[in-house]
Amino acid sequence: MSSAAVSPRRRDGYLAGARAGIGPAIAGLVLALAFGAAARAYGWGVVAPIVASIVVFSASGQLALMTALAGGGGAFGGVLAGALVTTRFLPMGVGLAPDLVGGRGRRALEAQAIVDPSWLAAHVGGGRFDRRKLLGATAVQWPCWVAGTIVGVFAAPPPELLHALGLDVVAPAFFLLLLIGELQRSRRARAASALAGLIAAALVLVLPAGLALIGSGAAAAVGLAPGRDGTTEGPVPDRGRPSEAATGGGRTTAAGPSDDARPADGEDRP
Amino acid sequence: MTDLSTGELWVAIVGLALVNAAFKAAGPLILGDRELPPRVRDVIGLFAPALLTGLVLVNLLGDRWRDLDPTAVLGVLAAAGARTAGAPIPVALLAGVLLAALLRLL
Repeated sequence: MSSAAVSPRRRDGYLAGARAGIGPAIAGLVLALAFGAAARAYGWGVVAPIVASIVVFSASGQLALMTALAGGGGAFGGVLAGALVTTRFLPMGVGLAPDLVGGRGRRALEAQAIVDPSWLAAHVGGGRFDRRKLLGATAVQWPCWVAGTIVGVFAAPPPELLHALGLDVVAPAFFLLLLIGELQRSRRARAASALAGLIAAALVLVLPAGLALIGSGAAAAVGLAPGRDGTTEGPVPDRGRPSEAATGGGRTTAAGPSDDARPADGEDRP
Repeated sequence: MTDLSTGELWVAIVGLALVNAAFKAAGPLILGDRELPPRVRDVIGLFAPALLTGLVLVNLLGDRWRDLDPTAVLGVLAAAGARTAGAPIPVALLAGVLLAALLRLL
């Protein structure tokens, strides 16, 4: 294939990622606005919250850090709290590694684009990922995350206003919309989701939300159970439903999967 | 904030940034381009629905279920209903936000 023929497809892969990143970017902007306002209220000043959003770029990590510092945990306690809720980036990086390109250094650099919505949007099924979609999605979200923090720091809107406008709904609604696509992949996806729901709902009663979130990830162990024929099941579609890989899924991407992507199911999220 | 100094704040921010970057880089640095066993890929694939479910519930419930708000739950369900009916993601999100805001006005 000539480079002239490949180039538009590469561009389309990144564009598909950018489109996938718009929804989470909006949700992130609202979350970052709340973070910036809260950090200012906790005495972080103007510069520190913005720099934190630039270099950390993790809602859960930054909120955990802020909560720990506000509670008197000190610098070590803050880093520990933030690190605990971002440990999920370890398995996410492990899963993503084979689908990145270049040597170990370049792969490690590309893996810095991991944030929950991008990793999830780049998942094409069966533990395979479209790296261009990941990079495109993060390229949209990062500036929105930083911009939201800047607005939050300077405007410092009260939490009551954000609540009255219904903006607290954006983040959970967005994650549920992504979940709808995942649940259509296989019976095991629905089993893992149900188990994760039970774990998260129970753990959040006794543990901080960030740790309950990590606990919910344990439901992925459903994938260790053998299938009915004693083998692993993989992303097997429902019995009686046509294969999404064969049909291109219920909704097809305008751009299609990028040319270095593993077999995709054509799911168009978001 | 408590008696945290400006220096400690910056140490915490830089420290978390480094830990975060290390978590993301560890897998690619250790594995390179090596393929994962199918069973490991299966588990990682299921991490997505598990994590998403956790994110939905943790966001809606909050610590010790203190943030549970029926208007937020209905807003989230409205967004899901709009998406299932074929609405694009931004439109579905807007539907959820508007419903929650309207319910809170009542």
